[in-house]
Amino acid sequence: MADSEVLRAPHVLEYPYLRSVGPVIGAFLTGLRDGHILGARSQSPDGAPTVIVPPTEYDPTTGRDVGELVEVGPSGVVTTWAWASAPRKDQPLDRPFAWALVRLDGADTAMLHAVDAGAPGAMASGMRVTARWRAPGERVGRLLDIECFVPEAAAP
Amino acid sequence: MTDGPATPATDGPVTKLATPIRIEYEYTAGLAQSRFLKGIAEGKFLGQRCPACGKVYVPPRGSCPTDGVATTDEVQLGNTGTVTTYCVVNVPFQGQSIEIPYICAQILLDGANIAFMGLIQEIPTDQIRMGMRVEAVWVDKDQLGLSMASVKYFRPNGEPDAPYESFQEYL
Amino acid sequence: MSPAPTRTVRPVAVVSFAQSKSVRREDHRNEVEMLMPVVTEVFSSIGVTKNDMGFVCSGSTDYLVGAPFSFVSALDAVGVWPPMRESHVEMDGAWALYEAWTLLQEGEIDTALVYCFGRSSPSDLQRILALQLDPYYMAPMWPDPVALAALQAQALIDAGKATERDFAAVAARSRRDALGNPNAQVAKDQGPDELLGDDYVVAPLRRHALPPVTDGAAAIVLAAGARAEALRERPAWITGIDHRIETHALGARDLTTSSSTRAAAEGAGLFGTSGGASVAVDVAELHTPFASQEIIVRDALRLADSVAVNPSGGALAANALMVAGLVRIGEAAARIMDGSASRAVAHATSGPCLQQNLVCALAAEPPAAGGGA
Repeated sequence: MADSEVLRAPHVLEYPYLRSVGPVIGAFLTGLRDGHILGARSQSPDGAPTVIVPPTEYDPTTGRDVGELVEVGPSGVVTTWAWASAPRKDQPLDRPFAWALVRLDGADTAMLHAVDAGAPGAMASGMRVTARWRAPGERVGRLLDIECFVPEAAAP
Repeated sequence: MTDGPATPATDGPVTKLATPIRIEYEYTAGLAQSRFLKGIAEGKFLGQRCPACGKVYVPPRGSCPTDGVATTDEVQLGNTGTVTTYCVVNVPFQGQSIEIPYICAQILLDGANIAFMGLIQEIPTDQIRMGMRVEAVWVDKDQLGLSMASVKYFRPNGEPDAPYESFQEYL
Repeated sequence: MSPAPTRTVRPVAVVSFAQSKSVRREDHRNEVEMLMPVVTEVFSSIGVTKNDMGFVCSGSTDYLVGAPFSFVSALDAVGVWPPMRESHVEMDGAWALYEAWTLLQEGEIDTALVYCFGRSSPSDLQRILALQLDPYYMAPMWPDPVALAALQAQALIDAGKATERDFAAVAARSRRDALGNPNAQVAKDQGPDELLGDDYVVAPLRRHALPPVTDGAAAIVLAAGARAEALRERPAWITGIDHRIETHALGARDLTTSSSTRAAAEGAGLFGTSGGASVAVDVAELHTPFASQEIIVRDALRLADSVAVNPSGGALAANALMVAGLVRIGEAAARIMDGSASRAVAHATSGPCLQQNLVCALAAEPPAAGGGA
């Protein structure tokens, strides 16, 4: 090998994290396992009631503790979207799909997920989508217990 | 996704979430480290000298840590050196490849101004001493490669111990 | 929103700036070897050495290197002996500069070296950046930064605040301006119409609207008061600097505005005492890696239309992670130091969709003694 040639080697970093989720995220994930989507009651700075989805321990705007969890969805509105024409490793679907922020019925914030719309022409901000759940036996308590969302009009 | 603990199945409240990560890199040794490893593959220790302070660093990393300038001249060092300090490892740990107990030492090669870590063998663990003179034991010529595995270990070479004053500034 | 600062600001200036030539792959030199010539240049151009520095602060991230404490070995590029006051942020160098500026405010030291480096080439940057996202609700889906920026771009289009043609115009202008920057990585003369023929990468963002992947390093020397005047004939005085962050819950943010940039600009005194007037600086260097984001940040900073934005080409021409933000401060400062500008603003960003933003106001005249900018 030439003296000036620099050496290279492959190097893999791998961590098997198992995170403890606490009572708020834990309740949300438990809900997903059981087929429900939950949000946390809160208040906007001017006192109006709001529901945060997915629920966080503290209100993202005011920093105050959130209140009880309530059911939202399973359908909602796409507030913005983007077309993943070439999905990358470990992304929710291995065929082209839309990333979307979905504001579920009853929620005041949107959650990030995938919409299996088939083609970008089927996507539009403001459209309604609904959750496609994995089979009960496949749900363990994680965001992808919802396999993805689908256009509500096309839902079975 | 990687193998690792899965989110545990439970009928009760979900308390854990598995979030395994795996990132692949291509590590670049850089110029100085590449020279050093090529030297190892030829059975020799190559250091580099700082043009400002004259110190010789092995393994070289391309810059002098006290002056912040590029080390320039290549210096071939011999196989003998002095144990500046050591510890005896008794505790098992994940990924351990050497049978415990074993001696892990800082070895100051003759001509170098910095010690590096090495394994000491061929001596009972209760007889290792600071100042002990050691020599490198390399693998067979046909097994030399671009890694420190080319150096099997260091062993006492029978010389009288080096006086403390000769290595005290390297502790 | 916070009012303009009224505390006494110790005058601190950028007196030297150096950067490596941005490249797609710096694969012969490692991080230290890449950084050393930059540190050498930032010192030699004003005739100082590391021994003249009261503090050293760096910005970098272990996630790019794939090794813990990688920033510690980078100190070999400086030679921190005798032991020096030193700090590090897992952030763009712009935040390391903020920390150095803050320490200089205390009055005990008069100079600081700020440096940063990032090689994105060893790994898949799109994947690494997913690790900065919420680990429960977002990271498990591994959304890449292009996808997230595309969500923001679409929101901008939906709100009627921009079109794809606007994105193409930003990209065209930036890369054409980059032709005059020897350190830029991507520089070419292509008009918006031609760019609109690019394929979408993640719609609505086409290839031209994305930043390049870059390996690079940069450094700045800060000096206070009389020391700055002794080191540089025309220092670039920092008249105000501030940074703010928004919630990491992406769906709880208004992606079409940058409230944190607006708040940071107010904190940096950019709007002066007249509040909402258009800001008339001569030049603005904005760290907006996606073309769509420039529109948002321009609006947040209330820049007058006459302001020259990113004459260096900006992050669309060279975007070394952990470096591009400090380079914006350096490029803006360079215009003041070379006499081609009297007032400038530099912006740096971190996190998905402009989540965290830093604003640095610079001028050829030091801030008024006893008051804010």
